[in-house]
Amino acid sequence: MSEKVLMKGNEAIAEAAIRSGCRFYLGYPITPQTEVAAYMAKRMPKIGGTFLQAESELSAINMVYGVASAGKRCMTSSSSPGISLKCEGLSYLAACDLPSVIVNVQRGGPGLGGIQPSQSDYFQATKGSGHGDFRMIVLAPSSVQEMADLTSLAFDLADKHRMPAMILADGTIGQMMEPVELAEDMHATQYEKPWACTGTKLERGHNIINSLILKPEILERLNIERYEKYKIVESEEVRYEEYMMDDAEICIVAFGIASRVAKSAIMEARKQGVKVGLIRPITLWPFPAEPIRAAADKVKAFISVELSMGQLIYDVRLASECKKPVHLCSRVGGMITSPDYVLKKILEVNEMGGAV
Amino acid sequence: MLLFDSKRITLLAGHYGSGKTNIAVNWAKYLRETIDRVCVADLDIVNPYFRTKDSAEDFRQWGIRLISSEYANSNVDFPALPQELYSIVDDKSFHAVIDVGGDDRGAFALGRYVPRILEENDYELLLVINRYRPLTPDCESVVGIKNEIEAACRMKFTAIVNNSNLGRETTAQTVLDSLPFAVEVSKATGLPVKMTTVEDRLYSELKDKIDGLFPLTLQSKLI
Repeated sequence: MSEKVLMKGNEAIAEAAIRSGCRFYLGYPITPQTEVAAYMAKRMPKIGGTFLQAESELSAINMVYGVASAGKRCMTSSSSPGISLKCEGLSYLAACDLPSVIVNVQRGGPGLGGIQPSQSDYFQATKGSGHGDFRMIVLAPSSVQEMADLTSLAFDLADKHRMPAMILADGTIGQMMEPVELAEDMHATQYEKPWACTGTKLERGHNIINSLILKPEILERLNIERYEKYKIVESEEVRYEEYMMDDAEICIVAFGIASRVAKSAIMEARKQGVKVGLIRPITLWPFPAEPIRAAADKVKAFISVELSMGQLIYDVRLASECKKPVHLCSRVGGMITSPDYVLKKILEVNEMGGAV
Repeated sequence: MLLFDSKRITLLAGHYGSGKTNIAVNWAKYLRETIDRVCVADLDIVNPYFRTKDSAEDFRQWGIRLISSEYANSNVDFPALPQELYSIVDDKSFHAVIDVGGDDRGAFALGRYVPRILEENDYELLLVINRYRPLTPDCESVVGIKNEIEAACRMKFTAIVNNSNLGRETTAQTVLDSLPFAVEVSKATGLPVKMTTVEDRLYSELKDKIDGLFPLTLQSKLI
């Protein structure tokens, strides 16, 4: 056990990455994630790592492509507008099956938007982070401790399944300070990377990292094979938390900062005799569809609590197969739901029963 | 009569997230108990997320003048200093508390006011430390940051504020455990420990055990 320290969420990501064996950080500053870069700038030179501030987000993500091709653990981070710029690179990383960790500390959008927290990049992260058919593993931390733990997990999962993994955080968790405990060495598993471009030493054929496949029959086969891999990820890597679901009649689905607010509201609702629980997706992809499907047979309604105009709600409807009504409780633009705001929605839905 | 000495200008500097803003707010409120004209100046142009301006409404109620960038918390995320800031050196009828930004980057903005502050020579520059921050766990790292800040703002620290804490998990023992660290930093830098700051919930438990204990009412909201 190591000693507890007081960290910002952004710092926790950076320190956990280093302890997970990441020695290459390629980034470009943007509020509210700049502390990731600032921390890396201070730490990397002291441990023989590389901190590089690229000339743009596009450049940074393509440097990630380069480092990942050489089989080394690497990370980039940004916030919403910067992630949009990285999307081309994400598609290329996925196309070349390159393990890499991308951090999005979300802010309000669209466009340049604001600098306050948001969760409105949910679609982008889980459905469309670039052109073509591909997926990323998406992890959603809800505390500073999880910022650290899930960053470490992201490196392992990326290596294990040879694909990009994203930490989808938000400005609140990035900026807030909480005590955390970090293991000295978080590099849990070492993965062999026989595909990496490390030089043949005249002992093997060339490893080639390439996403230009002009023969349609080959490109189709590669897509199908990649989706076979995604099926394995979907069956092995789903992670979620259930909170007070045993006797729940209303099920809230929320992740990240919204789930923390939801928990406070649930405590208050239960004091008033309303049986409400929470399913918190920790992996947004693969999405925990099964527990939501199971809950649909027990509860009378769902509430999707999110900091977006209604994005997560679509996955809740799909997973619950529309067996029960799914209500939306959201704030956007950098505004955060308060426990009272969520409580009001819970009481309203409780009044409605199973009605739509 | 206040328990702690004060100068006309109190400057708070230190590592990112060491607690400067909270201490600035509480120190200004403390001065206001006996001094009519108190102002707080927000010089933090590094981090637009946590600012003294978040407490603007409180300051109005307490009768404390707040000087901060008119761009702070606005639609323009702009590292600008307000012209009004010159009043901290021009208008000596006020006691000024200056919340400097984190590390040497934040302290850089102080530079232009320094010649006047030194000339008047009625100031204290306080080094805020928290041994539970990951990049300042030992004396050596604190001294490193201290030297960087002094080089950036061209002023020397005059005392230390030990604000060692673990957020809401802070216990009396957490604070007691940090005392030898503060003493070590004090010896290494030759600076006295002006005060040890604790959240007000721990004040009564610790006030007989620690000399120079100063209670803080937290400003930033917890979720």
